Amino acid sequence: MALRNRRIDITEGSRPVLARHAKLKFDEARQVWVILVPERVLAPDEIAVEILQLCDGVRNVDQIVDVLAARYAADREMIGADVIAMLRDLAEKGFLAEAQDTKP
Amino acid sequence: MSPTLTDASSLLADPADGLVALESRKSQAETFGIPLAVLAELTHRCPLQCPYCSNPLELERGGAELTTDEWKRVLGELAEIGVLQIHFSGGEPTARKDLVEIVQHATDVGLYSNLITSAVLLTKDKLTALADAGLCHVQISFQGSEEGIADRVAGLKDAHARKVEAASWVRELGLPLTVNAVMHRQNLFQLADIIQMAVDLDADRLEVANVQYYGWALRNRAALMPTIQQIDESSRVVEEAEARLKGILAIDYVVPDYYALRPKKCMGGWGRQFFNISPSGKILPCHAAETITGLEFETVRDHSIAWIWQNSEAFNRYRGTGWMPEPCQSCAYKEVDYGGCRCQAFALTGHAGNTDPACALSPVHEQIFKTAMREAAGDTRRFIYRNFAGGTLEADAHGA
Repeated sequence: MALRNRRIDITEGSRPVLARHAKLKFDEARQVWVILVPERVLAPDEIAVEILQLCDGVRNVDQIVDVLAARYAADREMIGADVIAMLRDLAEKGFLAEAQDTKP
Repeated sequence: MSPTLTDASSLLADPADGLVALESRKSQAETFGIPLAVLAELTHRCPLQCPYCSNPLELERGGAELTTDEWKRVLGELAEIGVLQIHFSGGEPTARKDLVEIVQHATDVGLYSNLITSAVLLTKDKLTALADAGLCHVQISFQGSEEGIADRVAGLKDAHARKVEAASWVRELGLPLTVNAVMHRQNLFQLADIIQMAVDLDADRLEVANVQYYGWALRNRAALMPTIQQIDESSRVVEEAEARLKGILAIDYVVPDYYALRPKKCMGGWGRQFFNISPSGKILPCHAAETITGLEFETVRDHSIAWIWQNSEAFNRYRGTGWMPEPCQSCAYKEVDYGGCRCQAFALTGHAGNTDPACALSPVHEQIFKTAMREAAGDTRRFIYRNFAGGTLEADAHGA
């Protein structure tokens, strides 16, 4: 029995993006952000939305943490731990992918 | 900071949800939100003949189906009023020649699309075109763990093998896969194998649903009703698999309610968080709602979806708790299960407003339980296959 593991591992160097089947979207009717995944709708809070918006396939996790630490003038280590925990949670559920190198 | 992700079903509890886009008229619907997800039955045509088909006994003919343009308009309306996900179902949705165009339109208006399919009509090219059109998720139904039983239940030779092949294409294309298996007395012994099959097919989710007895399944109840020993054994098998496969395969298990003590919260409550669109455009509180005689259902050809959701008498009849008789009215669970299932109450008592007999407090619960026990112990095996001719009894050779 071959169990293919498609859950990616999140480290400081990863460049995560939402998987093709996980869509971050602003729900105009309810005025909230949602993540659409198979058979479910997730409601990310403001910070989670910010993190996911920074997951653009170019920045790695380290750089995302840099942006947030500067934006909130907050403790880098604490932010780093929170960001990684959230991304791991999403990765665990199969909703994140590793950005592919896009060389011309 | 501590970012969090929560399940959005709580969004539905907010009374104002989505109603900004609705015409404001005084109705009970104003206290409910717009569903997050809607089921679109694109057609009742299907190459399979499963004896528990969830379509009504009186199937809608191809000629009555909404046109491509009508479905596109419907999808636009759904997105506008706040629906987020669309499940394309049937019948067999891939029997529609315009499916790719319909899926593309769902993508264009921002709907998250799910294909619920038997997969026997799929080709790799067709599936690739659907993925390119933005399809987000595929759910394939299986009738057993191997072709012997599976093809017999489906009433179609080679169906099982085609499903297995299609499932591999789904994963090759990088689409998430849900395996759906409908269980009953004649295939429950394969449950452990079906779970393993889902793992081998690299599925993300497995839905194991015991047959619910409406329409076709009710006609076939004696051939399908599981024994109580089978149900006990199944619960054990599922529990063990859930623990073992954590992080590999998510399992949703639906128990049969004839053996339950409390009724299911059917559809999350009548007209509360779900509706279904029939091939001809009727808006229904659930796919079995038409089994209840005496209710009139409006179609998207005559009214806007927002208007129907809010004003349809059929929807408003059993919304909330005001319609409930005793013992429901004074029951502590009335806002937990909303009185169970209207279709089941109608099928088993003749009145949709009665307490769902699946509830131990229903005066006929004991009688239903005994019926289930008796039918489960009986020797009826032959199916009445679902078709446009009103059903065909299985030939003796298979099920005798």
